[in-house]
Amino acid sequence: MAATTNASSDLNYITEFKGIKSWLTSLDHKRIGLLYMMAVLTYFLFGGIMALLLRLELFSPGANFLSADQYNQVMTYHGAVMVFMVIIPGIPAILGNFFLPIHIGAKDVAFPRLNLASWYIFMIGSILAVSTLFTSKIDTGWTFYTPYSLKTSTAVITMVFAAFIMGMSSILTGLNFIVTVHKLRAPGMTMHRIPLFVWALYSTAILQVLATPVLAITLLLLIAERAFGVGVFNPELGGDPVLFQHFFWFYSHPAVYIMILPAMGIVSELIAAFSRKVIFGYTAIAYSSIGIAAVSFFVWGHHMFVSGQSEIAGVLFSFLTMLVGVPTAIKMFNWLATLYKGSVSFQSPMLFALGFMFLFAIGGVTGIILAVMGVDVHFHDTYFVVAHFHYVMVGGTLMALMGGFYYWFPKMFGKMFNESLAQISFALIFIGFNVTFFPQFILGSMGMPRRYFDYIPAYHSLNSISTVGSWLIASGFFLSVYIFWQAFCHGAKAPANPWGAKTLEWQIPSPPIHTNFEVEPIIKAGPYEYR
Amino acid sequence: MFWTSVAHAGNMMPIPATDIAVEVDNLYNFLLISSFIACAILIGGMIYFVIKYKRKSNNDKTAYITHNSFLEFLWSFIPLVVFLGVFGWGWHVYHEMRKMPANALEIHVQGKQWAWEIEYKSGVKTANLIVVPIDTDVKLIMSSIDVLHSFFVPSFRIKQDVVPGRYTSLWFRANKFGEFHIFCAEFCGTQHSGMIGKLKVVTQKEYEEWLEEESKVGTLPLAKRGEKLFQVKACSGCHSASDLSVKVGPPLFQKFGASREVADGQNVVIDENYVRESILNPNAKIAKGFNPGIMPTFAGQLSEVELNALLEYIKGLK
Amino acid sequence: MSTGNTTHASHVAHHFRDSEHQFDSAKQGIWLFMATEILMFGGLFVAYIIFHAIYPEMFAEGASHLDWKMGFLNTLVLIFSSLTMALGIHFIQVGQQKKAVVSLALTILCGAIFMVVKYLEYTHKFHLGLFPGRFLNPEVVHATHQNLGMYFGLYFCMTGLHGTHVLIGMGLITWVMIKTIKGDFNPEYFTPVEGVGIFWHIVDLIWIFLFPLLYLVG
Repeated sequence: MAATTNASSDLNYITEFKGIKSWLTSLDHKRIGLLYMMAVLTYFLFGGIMALLLRLELFSPGANFLSADQYNQVMTYHGAVMVFMVIIPGIPAILGNFFLPIHIGAKDVAFPRLNLASWYIFMIGSILAVSTLFTSKIDTGWTFYTPYSLKTSTAVITMVFAAFIMGMSSILTGLNFIVTVHKLRAPGMTMHRIPLFVWALYSTAILQVLATPVLAITLLLLIAERAFGVGVFNPELGGDPVLFQHFFWFYSHPAVYIMILPAMGIVSELIAAFSRKVIFGYTAIAYSSIGIAAVSFFVWGHHMFVSGQSEIAGVLFSFLTMLVGVPTAIKMFNWLATLYKGSVSFQSPMLFALGFMFLFAIGGVTGIILAVMGVDVHFHDTYFVVAHFHYVMVGGTLMALMGGFYYWFPKMFGKMFNESLAQISFALIFIGFNVTFFPQFILGSMGMPRRYFDYIPAYHSLNSISTVGSWLIASGFFLSVYIFWQAFCHGAKAPANPWGAKTLEWQIPSPPIHTNFEVEPIIKAGPYEYR
Repeated sequence: MFWTSVAHAGNMMPIPATDIAVEVDNLYNFLLISSFIACAILIGGMIYFVIKYKRKSNNDKTAYITHNSFLEFLWSFIPLVVFLGVFGWGWHVYHEMRKMPANALEIHVQGKQWAWEIEYKSGVKTANLIVVPIDTDVKLIMSSIDVLHSFFVPSFRIKQDVVPGRYTSLWFRANKFGEFHIFCAEFCGTQHSGMIGKLKVVTQKEYEEWLEEESKVGTLPLAKRGEKLFQVKACSGCHSASDLSVKVGPPLFQKFGASREVADGQNVVIDENYVRESILNPNAKIAKGFNPGIMPTFAGQLSEVELNALLEYIKGLK
Repeated sequence: MSTGNTTHASHVAHHFRDSEHQFDSAKQGIWLFMATEILMFGGLFVAYIIFHAIYPEMFAEGASHLDWKMGFLNTLVLIFSSLTMALGIHFIQVGQQKKAVVSLALTILCGAIFMVVKYLEYTHKFHLGLFPGRFLNPEVVHATHQNLGMYFGLYFCMTGLHGTHVLIGMGLITWVMIKTIKGDFNPEYFTPVEGVGIFWHIVDLIWIFLFPLLYLVG
């Protein structure tokens, strides 16, 4: 597949091969990244609309425009779409695909055909998931707890099978990235010279490969339970519904680290680049990613303190969760220390990184609060948990994703965007986010349970405020869509290195050529040698 | 204790109504304060640094600091110590919650879609209402007859999933009079948010009087007894008895004697036999426009007398 | 088809230095995939072990319906097929295409025998009314334990998932065999054959754990 490129032509990975077919059959990791981007952003729009509908219904108590069943369906699709079709694939499949090979000085990932196959598998699974909207909308919550998921007469099997297929895509992407990092680093690119984004993707890939198979078997067992009544999760047949929770969270807890580790990788890149300073504690940040990945396998029961599991099990899970908090704290302090005596710019990518640090600090400490058993009893299944995970997944991952998009947009498309508008978008998203979700910590403290279609009047005003916040976030995202669209069509030509950063992607043209590098780079130093 | 009072004022929790709630709140207040300090350091530090080290020119030189073993040790070790500390404290509180007291007043709770059925050992049954005496150890023995639910009393800071096929328990000792919400905290379908109950804490005397009143149900006239059953069996959760609104199932108000179209297109008269069949075999002649498989059957749960009582009650809904 | 070891050999992709670099990477990828297969089946094993511990007598009753001789036959068939698969790879590595094709064909045949034995076992069970889960009527099969359906639910899930992998493996070996006949593989390039071989060995390995767990331990 070696395509010859004319070194002095203006051809880049976008212009060199033309036509839809060239995109749909491309083995170029950059194009595949963009294929994922089109899909994921579409699903993000859908999941976001579900969120807006949900919050609109919750603006005031009582049935407003949805019935209880419709609300439960909207709530389920919001969760399932955002988890399986946006946040889990998101950063690795889009930005990871695009930049991992470039960051290590390679021409592509280890298995380009497998990479394209992974996208097709993702598309098949995600379209199957969406098809349930037209057959029998599911209403189980994205966690599919038994026995309810065995009894509800909705398209559970289809949706669960769709998640199984998307899990295959995740496994293959992880596998591809691991071999790429092991085998395709350019000469001189030792493991201690790869950018921290690569360490993050690498740790994530390990989780994708080791944890997703357990989700696969859990979903297959759920299908078998519904189709044949095997009995493992159904108490009427001698089974245990809590066993489903154990199986489910064994994957789904590592899954949340699949969601956050790549985001932390982006934050490392942004903080270093926009402070123009060597990252503080490179080794600690690198190994903390591996540490988080490893410990994440042993904490799943912190979702189950009141499920009926034994006290001693809870004790172990709570203890181990505290351990996983330490490497996370290390990262935050190391980023803070990187700012010290740096040269800090407030360009929009950096605003998103700083926003991440602000919101993830809150998300992180509330995670520790929830890991404390005696306190979790009150907060479990309340809006406190909803607030916590939105702070880390939206305030964390999505902020980092936005920062990554703004940072790498000039490189990916060769155009600059409107910086002032980008800062406004950031402000809308950041402020809107806090207005939406901070009240939810209070609602949870007051006792409002989650997945509630209706609520007692005491919770009214905070719910209304939260809904207004959702409109602010939405406008911030729509503004970003406009900014990118406008930049793509009419933006000024981007130089190779608009930000003055040091990682390898900034040493090649914007956009890159098909094979990334005209000559294989030889690495003589680390990725953050700002001196 | 200034800081704990600040935390207490700001923690937005309901007024604690049990001894364990106070312990939970103390721990939570500590967590709030520590979290605030951590965030102040991180976020405050971040804001301070980005302002102080704001970029001045495109040629700024930055310090080349790759690491600092002492600092890195410090901000690993101190968080670890704090985390392990709150872990231990949290375990202590949790252990208090799980250690069932001896000689507690035991009450049975059955979660179902979508109500809490309560049964006292004396035989008194209620739906969505638990009455207990103050300053008394109470232990709830709980199960579910269908899907997962979770019994949650925010004011008491207690919660426990109810699982079909097994018993789970929780205990509390209320130290304030009042009425407190019971919520279902595990998603269980359509009326998950409608499974709201009331936990009333009264004096020992009031409790005994209430129990006495309730146990007289057997001597009530049939229709009154039917009215009670209608509440206890949570029929009211899905069927309106006072107006023509649709909750989950069709209203029963002013329906007895009327004619109705059922799913297969036939017309039936809502008479004694239709009412009885609808209770024991709900899917047989479902009202048109409603789905089968939602109303559970009450076969085996109601005696003949109870069926008659319900029938008389429904007849009298005018 | 090139037999040279240069970086421009047609089968070497442009992002690899040479044939060996590509081969090593492919093997690493294949082993990672095998790890995911083992983890997936591992979940099933965990479910089996948990319920075996809760209902030991019911599991014993279920296992009494399994014919260990047929299971043992299948074990021998699969082990033999792993041998023929390894031989197939070996013959390609030393350039003996014809013998390689025969070995691969034998492997597919073994897979087919395995599936036929499986078919016989399944149909026999269906004949006796031993269906998975709620389709098993305890009265019809004169079961002592009312939830015997759970045993057979697990039995059919585990052997069914394994059987699916045997079928997939047969398909992959057929594909590789056809390419061998066409001359696509040679001592310089045989990565897909080795990859399929590793897959087949893992499928065999999983059966080696399934057989005693289902047929012997009960």
